[in-house]
Amino acid sequence: MKFRYIFLLIVLLPIKAFALIEVDITRGNLSPLPIAVSPLSIDEESKENFRMILKKKNIGSEISKIVENNLKQSGLFNPLNKDAFLQKPEIANLKPRFEDWALIKAQALVTGKVTSVDDKLRVEFRLWDVLAGKEMMALAFTTVPTNWRRVGHIITDKVYERLTGEKGYFDTRIIYVAEEGPKTNRIKKLAIMDQDGFNTKYLTLGNELVLTPRFSPTNQMVTYLSYFRNLPRVYLLDIETGVQEVVGDFAGMTFAPRFSPDGKKIIMSFAMDGNSDIYTMDLENRLVERITNHPSIDTSPSYSPNGKYICFNSDRSGYQQIYVMKSDGTNVKRISYGKGLYGTPVWSPRGDLIAFTKLHKGKFFIGVMRIDGKGERLLTENFYQEAPSWSPNGRVLIFYRETKTDAKGEGFSAKLWSIDLTGYNERLVETESDASDPSWSALLSN
Amino acid sequence: MNLEKILKNTFLVLLACLVLSACATKKVSTGQLQGDVYTGTDTVEYLASGVPDRVFFATNESVLTTASRDTLRKQATWLRKKSDINVVLEGHADERGTREYNLALGERRANAAKDYLMTYGISSNRISVISYGKERPVDSGSNPLSWSKNRRSVTVKAN
Repeated sequence: MKFRYIFLLIVLLPIKAFALIEVDITRGNLSPLPIAVSPLSIDEESKENFRMILKKKNIGSEISKIVENNLKQSGLFNPLNKDAFLQKPEIANLKPRFEDWALIKAQALVTGKVTSVDDKLRVEFRLWDVLAGKEMMALAFTTVPTNWRRVGHIITDKVYERLTGEKGYFDTRIIYVAEEGPKTNRIKKLAIMDQDGFNTKYLTLGNELVLTPRFSPTNQMVTYLSYFRNLPRVYLLDIETGVQEVVGDFAGMTFAPRFSPDGKKIIMSFAMDGNSDIYTMDLENRLVERITNHPSIDTSPSYSPNGKYICFNSDRSGYQQIYVMKSDGTNVKRISYGKGLYGTPVWSPRGDLIAFTKLHKGKFFIGVMRIDGKGERLLTENFYQEAPSWSPNGRVLIFYRETKTDAKGEGFSAKLWSIDLTGYNERLVETESDASDPSWSALLSN
Repeated sequence: MNLEKILKNTFLVLLACLVLSACATKKVSTGQLQGDVYTGTDTVEYLASGVPDRVFFATNESVLTTASRDTLRKQATWLRKKSDINVVLEGHADERGTREYNLALGERRANAAKDYLMTYGISSNRISVISYGKERPVDSGSNPLSWSKNRRSVTVKAN
């Protein structure tokens, strides 16, 4: 599996600064923007060529389906039904008849063209402001045909960015733990998939228990907990080569790993004689540093994006709460003061918020608070859910949820869910099997 | 001290409480709770005759109860006799906590049991500890009784 593909990105025309339509992503999905995604047009020869290579009848419309689905799932856009489109894709891409698109209430229009160039996939697309009758953006890519799904994701990222003013999160992957079997003896494997649930690949066989995988900032590496040989330790896995190694030489369980924002260190907990403290290991010189030294449980560390601070979970007050300290372990401050227990703090990639799991009155909540602990907002409540992970633009959280079993102890399931920072657009993230411990990658391109 | 008798009495008292208060909650058919610590024998296995293999904990706690200390003293006596046997203490938590915290909690519980065995003369190099957090429940139920059975430290023969 390769993360780095060659993408040739050409700006077709200068982008004009007409910010005529805009999507406000801070308010949630109360009025998603009506957008028409015209199927990408394709000439017969290219169509036939890609049909042979990719076994897809019409790769043009397949790519636009990806764009349409992404936009819909974001909750910010309302892709209109293709049956209502009046203009043919190949004509729309040259010069849309804006009256026709305005008639079906489209405010934005995506058009494009796919061609086969030396067995490569060349895609150009344009974003149009229907009401103003202007082109907002035009881009072209050339890549290997097998990258066609990523092309759809990149187009979505560009459209999203142009219309919301923020980076997208569609050309990304999720690493998670795939689960099967009875609740008392679950089999767990590391799995990786595209953000929209496609291209699932399994990275371990399920012979040993694996937990809490997390991406490195470059998406090349994953750190996770494995019970290999019944010794729970933090591991490092190179996704491209499949090479894995244990992190550090600890005389006991290491767990709760994450990368530092520069990717040079792993921060984790080390448990010894009934006490868990936070440590880092430098991946270059293998130097281990102890960050906390307290007889309580200190775990679930997560760096601020600038690497200067660490938020973590500790029960030093008697119960699980969230704390923030400097990255050298000094200046420890408790920030969670609401009712209930708090766990799994994760610093937002934008730096201003910390997402967490909260347990209160027998219910589990996913919430966010500012880094000083103020402004707590609970986004979703359930029987059991935990472990939020941020989309790279800091707008969406993915987490997992487990169901209550019935009187016979049957009916257990674990699934991935996502929710917007606004608390809107809660949705199930489809996975091939049961799933938990999701971690969102950075954007794969750019 | 006759543990069984005590347990039986506790059970009768609990049952009486249930009847008297005309409790509307589901009847507990097997096992019992004291506070929220499991005191039943449903899931308990025996390392030798009269030597239970596990001890139970209250929610979020790693403190050994009187009954747990009694069980561990029996284990220590047995281990002193069987000096060739090493053990692994497997610490567990219930499903009502975050995964990472539960891993730490399981480790803390198993070490509480280990410390107690050591004070009764068992060498630390005969005891290893592993935490499974909430990963290996013994009871798949989602109710207080099931959770109480899952908050445990189990002593397992390593050889």
